[in-house]
Amino acid sequence: MRDPLSKVIKTIEPSGIRKFFDIVSEMEDAISLGVGEPDFDTPWRIRDEAIYSLEQGRTFYTSNAGLRELKEEIAKYLYRRFDLSYDPAGEMMLTVGGSEGIDIALRAMLDPGDEVLIPQPSYVSYYPCTILANGTPVVIPLQEKNEFRLTKEELLSYITDKTKILILPFPNNPTGAIMEKKDLEEIAEVIIDKDIFVLTDEIYSELTYDKEHVSIASLPGMKERTIYINGFSKAYAMTGWRLGYVCAPEVILKQMLKIHQFAIMCAPTTSQYAAVEAVRSCDDEVADMREQYNERRRYLMHRFEEMGLKCFEPFGAFYVFPSIAEFGLTSDEFATKLLSSKKVAVVPGTAFGDSGEGFLRISYAYSLDNLRIALDRIEEFIKELKG
Amino acid sequence: MREKILNYIQKNSRIDISELAVILGEDEAGVMNALEEMEQEHIICGYHTLIDWEKAGIEKVLAMIEVRVTPQRGMGFDKVASHIYNYPEVESVYLISGGFDLMVTIEGKSLREVSGFVTDKLSTMDSVLSTKTNFILKKYKEHGSIMAEKSKDERMKVSL
Repeated sequence: MRDPLSKVIKTIEPSGIRKFFDIVSEMEDAISLGVGEPDFDTPWRIRDEAIYSLEQGRTFYTSNAGLRELKEEIAKYLYRRFDLSYDPAGEMMLTVGGSEGIDIALRAMLDPGDEVLIPQPSYVSYYPCTILANGTPVVIPLQEKNEFRLTKEELLSYITDKTKILILPFPNNPTGAIMEKKDLEEIAEVIIDKDIFVLTDEIYSELTYDKEHVSIASLPGMKERTIYINGFSKAYAMTGWRLGYVCAPEVILKQMLKIHQFAIMCAPTTSQYAAVEAVRSCDDEVADMREQYNERRRYLMHRFEEMGLKCFEPFGAFYVFPSIAEFGLTSDEFATKLLSSKKVAVVPGTAFGDSGEGFLRISYAYSLDNLRIALDRIEEFIKELKG
Repeated sequence: MREKILNYIQKNSRIDISELAVILGEDEAGVMNALEEMEQEHIICGYHTLIDWEKAGIEKVLAMIEVRVTPQRGMGFDKVASHIYNYPEVESVYLISGGFDLMVTIEGKSLREVSGFVTDKLSTMDSVLSTKTNFILKKYKEHGSIMAEKSKDERMKVSL
């Protein structure tokens, strides 16, 4: 029989946590700090809106770009929260999670040979999506000494005349790093000077602590070269609803909409109706969840300090990224041992790129009671390692 | 800082003070002082436990009694309210706007005990015009907490 598979797909590695996932799922009493989604239920008023929309029989397709009412609410929200001005009619579309937005933006913008700069450690989809879009991924390894922010110098050293897009994944999964306004201004200068585009994945933008989130799209001269990705999963605890959105210059969005139209049709209708309620009236619920994440973040940082586990202070998302380099184990070995001896699951930093070696991703999308037990076990484990 | 502390301990008053200081990003001595002050000023009026008595297998009868009263000269409703709330079986007393004046909740061991209190004590008070007793059949949510068991964490155990 002839090979049923494409040559391209065979070059793509499956996600690096399969092994972990299998072990953890088998283990009855394991405590996991390995989850990449909120522990909160979607606020009830949002769920109630979804139920109402179903009762009303709103079960049809929406227009390809999404409900007009929702896009208008999102435009108001983006202006209110992040000082972004997008035209809901031509510069915005609803997608199946932020993930779809990343995929179709790359497919709409890349030709073979175009290079996409991907700072790592970062979320796992940028690299394969670039390959599937015929582009060439170029990894920029970020460094702990810069708190895993992207610096102007790092960016400059990876730009070639083939560079077309920079992916900007901040607030960052897995490091929790953020980019402040001054950091973004330096990047924006290079982007404009070198005539590159930015795909900014701001899915965690509502989750920054003690610092305001700034979008690169709000900087002068950047809106016309930015593809802005956001969504409902993290801010409103709506991961399973699969709803995200993209804002971009009309000339790019129009082409993305073609892919979306043929491949997807429209984002889930029930989710879109529910999301109207989310952006319109859930600022308080979001603030409340943010406050709870912040409490846990402070707790974790305090515990790490007490047990002598080195960790830079992350100001975003719901992850901390402590360094385990001093123990003479790889991230994978550390995580595997921690799981087998103390039954605590964390994700090795290497699942998010080679530059994650020496680090662990610990999620604080868990109740304080859960974190307390898990941290006690990690503390024991570290004591034993230090012997 | 007071508001932050109150908001937190309203939901969980059992938290260790040093841990409370850590998660609120305040220093321990400051939190301790604030708590003591608020106890003295009677801003914090008590630390109670939310109990599902039914689950504990202990019989309790709860009633919410709507009471209409004649307010007293110079004292408004306060005097009659204090007359009522000083009975230990009275759980809570609220002054209410609307069709009646006081909402009184009573906890007793049996129906007879509660109705006895209403007929012997409450309705015989001079300023009480009428009472309407509503027995509570089931508690769904109290003090912001849902009484039903917590749902399990159904998320995938590891995800990126």
